[in-house]
Amino acid sequence: MAKQPRPPASERAKQAMSGMMSDVQGSQAWSSIFRPGSIFRKGYSDSPRNRSYVIMNSVLYHLHPVKVKRHAVKVSYTLCLGGLSFFLFILLTVTGIFLMFFYRPTAAQAWDDIYILQTSVAFGLLVRNMHRWAAHLMVITVFLHMARVFYHGAYKPPREFNWVIGVILLTLTLLLSFTGYLLPWDQLALWAVTVGTNMMGFTPVFGDQVRFVLLGGVEIGTDTLLRWYVLHVLMLPFVLVIFLAVHFWRVRKDGGISGPL
Amino acid sequence: MAEVPEHLLKRAQEARERAEAQAGGGGSNPPESSGAESSDASAQEDAGGPKIPDHLLDRSKSARDQAASGGAAPAAAAMATAPMPAGPAQPEPTGPGGGTQRLLTVVKSGSIQDVKATPTDKVHVWPHLLVVEFVAALIFTAFTLIFSIFVNAPLLELANFNETPNPSKAPWYFLGLQELLTMFHPMVAGVTIPGIALFLLILAPYVDRNPSKKPEDRKFAISLMTIHLMFWAILVLIGSFFRGPGFNFVFPWEVGLFFDL
Repeated sequence: MAKQPRPPASERAKQAMSGMMSDVQGSQAWSSIFRPGSIFRKGYSDSPRNRSYVIMNSVLYHLHPVKVKRHAVKVSYTLCLGGLSFFLFILLTVTGIFLMFFYRPTAAQAWDDIYILQTSVAFGLLVRNMHRWAAHLMVITVFLHMARVFYHGAYKPPREFNWVIGVILLTLTLLLSFTGYLLPWDQLALWAVTVGTNMMGFTPVFGDQVRFVLLGGVEIGTDTLLRWYVLHVLMLPFVLVIFLAVHFWRVRKDGGISGPL
Repeated sequence: MAEVPEHLLKRAQEARERAEAQAGGGGSNPPESSGAESSDASAQEDAGGPKIPDHLLDRSKSARDQAASGGAAPAAAAMATAPMPAGPAQPEPTGPGGGTQRLLTVVKSGSIQDVKATPTDKVHVWPHLLVVEFVAALIFTAFTLIFSIFVNAPLLELANFNETPNPSKAPWYFLGLQELLTMFHPMVAGVTIPGIALFLLILAPYVDRNPSKKPEDRKFAISLMTIHLMFWAILVLIGSFFRGPGFNFVFPWEVGLFFDL
């Protein structure tokens, strides 16, 4: 019996690796995590059936339909603006949660917390910067998304109501950005918010009440900070997510994204 | 057993009587209004043979004759004999057992099944759309990250109620409103105008009754929206870059920028 030549070490390592991967992917634990059609499952092959499964069996992807009209994937039509607005919202949530670990919404501590975050926390400055710029970017993308939808006439029947939800989402985005503006408790924040809330104080009939509710008092102070903090990190995102869900759902129910012009 | 509706029973009765009268008179005229009655299957069931249009009976009769005499006669011959006028001798009524086909009803194409869906050109979301979305998200993440590395979010000195910065500006997306404040009473600038703008925006799909999405059909709507967007954009630009101390109009290249994001 002729002894076969030993394959080179790299070849043997590769074989061992693929054997191990196959064992892991074949295990019950692995296949309990990745549902049929997942690209991580053993023996995944590119077939129309699996392409459908990837979408249907993923909690994130199944916001999409399994198939879309061919023109819907043309970047020049939507410019991805709606999706990017949502993505920025996710990015803001992630960076915002990071910031929450280092921030206390009181007039005595807020500014110091931000300062310490920037100087003494690893990546603190970077994450704060990202949160800030992503917030401005989101206002822009939501605004451009609205303009795109208008110029394509995509608000026309049967999508009228989704346009209304979209306008609500635009307003919520502005409110989210505005409530976040106060939180650093620096001169910029204080006086920008003073200007903004003074304007709201001129609401007819209820002006003073509106202002009192917004400020948690007659003047901007530590109560305002707490109030806007809760609005910014909890209430407005909560409301926004509800409207987002309806918005996405209506996109599907109203027949996918609008057709070509 | 389901009850036969009264009007159908009545119609069947009438048809039977008419058929009997015809058979008695030996008439060979085709039954009148056969088209209208042919849609009623139960009436025909009762009416029996004479309700079958004559030319069909003739055709089947001649076909049967040929089959009896010559055996395998070409079908074309049967067709050719079809228009032959019926003789005084009516063929005996034959049912399904007799090998004769009966015309029960004529259904126009599209009257039962109307296929409205036209085939659309569709692609799988995985991978076609998800790749686009992934790249878009990646670009935005990279942009935000790199921008954040090089540009720091502003953090001015601690909020101080006794020191009003000059000028005090709202966040940039509210600077249009602040600009309006220089021209109108605060109630008009801060509440009425933005309120009406938001309201009109929500109403847009219900006001715009034009069903077309083509830009050339929507010149008025597009012009109006463009003017609206430009109105805010110009106000925001002026408020951001052309307002200096005391919120007076300045040129940024002469006195510098008074703008913080």
